[in-house]
Amino acid sequence: MEMLAMGKYGGYVWSSFALALIVLVACVVQARRRHRAVIREIAKRSKLMESVE
Amino acid sequence: MWTFFHKLASPPHFYDLAAKFIPWLASAGVLLCAWGVYAGLFLAPPDYQQGDAFRIIYVHVPAAYLSLMAYSIMAVAAGIGLIWRMKLAHAVAAGAAPLGAWFTFLALATGSIWGRPMWGTWWEWGDPRLTSELILLFLYLGYMALRAAIDDGAKADRASAVLALVGAVNVPIIHFSVEWWSSLHQGPTLIREGGPAIEANMLYPLLAMIFGFTFLFGALLLMRVRTEVLFRERRAKWVQRLAAEATGTA
Repeated sequence: MEMLAMGKYGGYVWSSFALALIVLVACVVQARRRHRAVIREIAKRSKLMESVE
Repeated sequence: MWTFFHKLASPPHFYDLAAKFIPWLASAGVLLCAWGVYAGLFLAPPDYQQGDAFRIIYVHVPAAYLSLMAYSIMAVAAGIGLIWRMKLAHAVAAGAAPLGAWFTFLALATGSIWGRPMWGTWWEWGDPRLTSELILLFLYLGYMALRAAIDDGAKADRASAVLALVGAVNVPIIHFSVEWWSSLHQGPTLIREGGPAIEANMLYPLLAMIFGFTFLFGALLLMRVRTEVLFRERRAKWVQRLAAEATGTA
């Protein structure tokens, strides 16, 4: 338990590491979402084109 | 040699090749970071001046390093795209920007959290290192806003590339700010005359985190560039087929 307390700096240390984890996960989620959105958009447009032809 | 580069720059080839690298980069990044976090938090001894607060370097330094690395990649890629009209280079620049913005935000936020107990303040206006890093965040955001504001893809590439190149002057300013001006920020620890000023049991977790973050950044950049390539090639047959198959509308 004493290890986890990080002296008197526990709040600062743990919030920094938690923030880093959140930012990295956000980067992955955002990149994946954008990839899927682009694929959906392309599929939708090409369907529209087909229906026009 | 040249045929290799031509093949690499061909969009479908790049798209498939990048997909093969992503899981390896991501796994290496996660493993290095997992060990780095454990060793940084529990194996490294507390700093004789800063106590346990110094452990924030294990996320702050990799984030700050990548905030500059991402900008350098973005500016070089933008320059290559401008000069040689290489579409893949513009895609790399566009993919690096949002990641650079996130790492800059993380560097600023963790620096602020560190500053509170060490300097007694979350933020100091006018401090050269803090201010130049904040300008870096605005450069990334400005770059992304400019791209989003221009509908014509080729024009957006060129205009944003010029902005990226002009803003590149900020990169050496950030790096040398702690030496050129007096700053609250401490001087360099790793890359300095006389070698790293840090004990091995503190240094190895830091190196693991720097390399781990770099591998994760590499995986994220490839993910982003693949998306950019798809969007740019949206009228090509192979992309149309891929999109139709992925959405089940084939």
